[in-house]
Amino acid sequence: MNQQPILEVKNLKQHFKINRKFTVKAVDGISFQIMPGQTYGLVGESGSGKSTTGRSIIRLYNPTDGEVIFNGKDISGKMTKDELKLLRTKMQMIFQDPMACLNPRKKVIDIIAEGIDIHHEFKTQEERNQKVYDILELVGLSKEHATRYPHQFSGGQRQRIGIARTLIMNPDLIIADEAISALDVSIQAQVVNLMKKIQKETNTAFLFIAHDLSMVKYISDHIGVLHLGHLVETGTTEEIFNNPIHPYTKSLLSAIPSPNPKVEKTRVSLSYDYATSGIDYELGSQHHISGSHYVLATEKELEEWKNTE
Amino acid sequence: MADRERILKIRDLNISFTTDHGKINAIRGVNLDLYKGETIAIVGESGSGKSVTTKAVMGILASNGTIDSGVIEYSWNDENTGEHKTVDIAQLSEKDLQKEIRGRKIAMVFQDPMTSLNPTMTIGKQVMEPMIYHYGKSKEEAYKKTLELLELVGITDAEKRMKNYPHQLSGGMRQRVVIAIALSCDPYVLICDEPTTALDVTIQAKILELIQDIQKKKNLSVIYITHDLGVVAKVADYVNVMYAGKIVETGLIDEVYYDPRHPYTWGLLSAMPDLDTDDDELYTIPGTPPNLAYRVDGDAFAPRNQFALNIDLRVEPPMFDVPGSSTHKVASWLMHPNAPDVKMPEALKNRIEKMKKEGE
Repeated sequence: MNQQPILEVKNLKQHFKINRKFTVKAVDGISFQIMPGQTYGLVGESGSGKSTTGRSIIRLYNPTDGEVIFNGKDISGKMTKDELKLLRTKMQMIFQDPMACLNPRKKVIDIIAEGIDIHHEFKTQEERNQKVYDILELVGLSKEHATRYPHQFSGGQRQRIGIARTLIMNPDLIIADEAISALDVSIQAQVVNLMKKIQKETNTAFLFIAHDLSMVKYISDHIGVLHLGHLVETGTTEEIFNNPIHPYTKSLLSAIPSPNPKVEKTRVSLSYDYATSGIDYELGSQHHISGSHYVLATEKELEEWKNTE
Repeated sequence: MADRERILKIRDLNISFTTDHGKINAIRGVNLDLYKGETIAIVGESGSGKSVTTKAVMGILASNGTIDSGVIEYSWNDENTGEHKTVDIAQLSEKDLQKEIRGRKIAMVFQDPMTSLNPTMTIGKQVMEPMIYHYGKSKEEAYKKTLELLELVGITDAEKRMKNYPHQLSGGMRQRVVIAIALSCDPYVLICDEPTTALDVTIQAKILELIQDIQKKKNLSVIYITHDLGVVAKVADYVNVMYAGKIVETGLIDEVYYDPRHPYTWGLLSAMPDLDTDDDELYTIPGTPPNLAYRVDGDAFAPRNQFALNIDLRVEPPMFDVPGSSTHKVASWLMHPNAPDVKMPEALKNRIEKMKKEGE
């Protein structure tokens, strides 16, 4: 399968200048790609730059350096009108808190139709409303919900509206930034099932940003582990979970709580401290392990980590 | 264990809130026991009343909330006279509550450390404050104790850190400070309301281990409120599953995790993504929790329960004892001797079998 990736990120850098002397390097040279219809999970602790990555890709920030190629077009620099339109329609984002990202003074139908209103993607008012009803159906809500306001819904339903809003543009890529972290366990399962179902039906690719590794494992085809703005390890879900190499990945995996009391009571999580580990991400380079499995390391570190298994 | 010392005894607690939409019966007959040195966990969806229960114990219910009936008995041995005392927190006046119970006997750790710390005070001052207030300690004494506490919760360089403000610390460090404050008055009971939900997984594990460690050192009783079943598995001795203001299943952790009886517990356990599941779809509990502003007839979970019996819609199930166990209790008509034999879903059964094997 030699498919064209839907999104290719090459050496993306996002720096924020705080003052003359101090610059925060939130994302410092990361590269990955997403195939159509697949899910790429981006994990890492808070402050690792995973949300910044998502926001830079969709151009909420202007990337400092690097290339973002979406559908074969570079969208990291100055964009032509057509490119901008492509970006604004075919790439969509779901945010963490559904209450904060839905306008409380608008009805659901207008919230969902906002995208097609802006881009004039309908001919008659009936067509517009029908489109919204179809999408509502797809996300498991009904026509009656269209005339209500966001506060009349539960958390899970609100997140469905957030998803519906992105789907109406027929996007090729949806960036889900901690889309389920604010929800209850049983509701999380509903939303994740919905995302999987939509992916099957529409062949949309997902960039799934989260810190809950068990959910990420469940939903992702590929995983990238981000730490301090560097992609320390990337590969397919199996490669990462079955053969983690980088000590940070190992500590992340060891910290997943298991719902099994007997295992959980005796589990000791590995700790990883960048400052004392003696690892310098600046010095490392991406090393190929197998398949699509890459690790950020120097030659010496790689040998060491492989031997400690 | 014959000499277990009961610290907290909640019986038939009913709490309601008066709102614009009428009276909401948030807690409907909760029974709970907490023994010295042990850990219980309360799990459930948001709105199931787990936080409200513990807030009632602390006496910090919202102003529109009232305890309609029930007792919250707190027992302790007086430090000076050594005599055994018992008070009913539900009947205590605000003044006595503040003087005797809150902070001194029962302390609480909240979910978000940034909102529970005062951003304009140094952390040293914030840890010292309750000791000076409750015990009238001198500044020097309090300072010394604060140093010890900060070291206990794993903050290095405590003397320097005491001059820091909350925003200068990371999330995990802040939560450690909050724990230090909670411990400053040597409470007997620590209530942790979603203590790690706002934190990363790696830090979550550390904080939980820290609380466990302190619990052992100080022989504390801990109540965890969480919806994360993984956290519960790590820390709890007893689990209480709460749904719509009632405890529907309670028991030792092994009993609830390896032999769940209530359909709601089945749903909760099934909805967790297992690291080994390859199923196409996660299990979800259909429907939404009931609106407690209306009267609930029968079992509140019945409309969402695929195993619901006819009687579930009419009569509320009492607590049934699970045969062969003195601790495991379930509020479901399925446990009645005359009920049809309903087994837990096959997928969950397989999962539990696997978990049991892993644990050996």
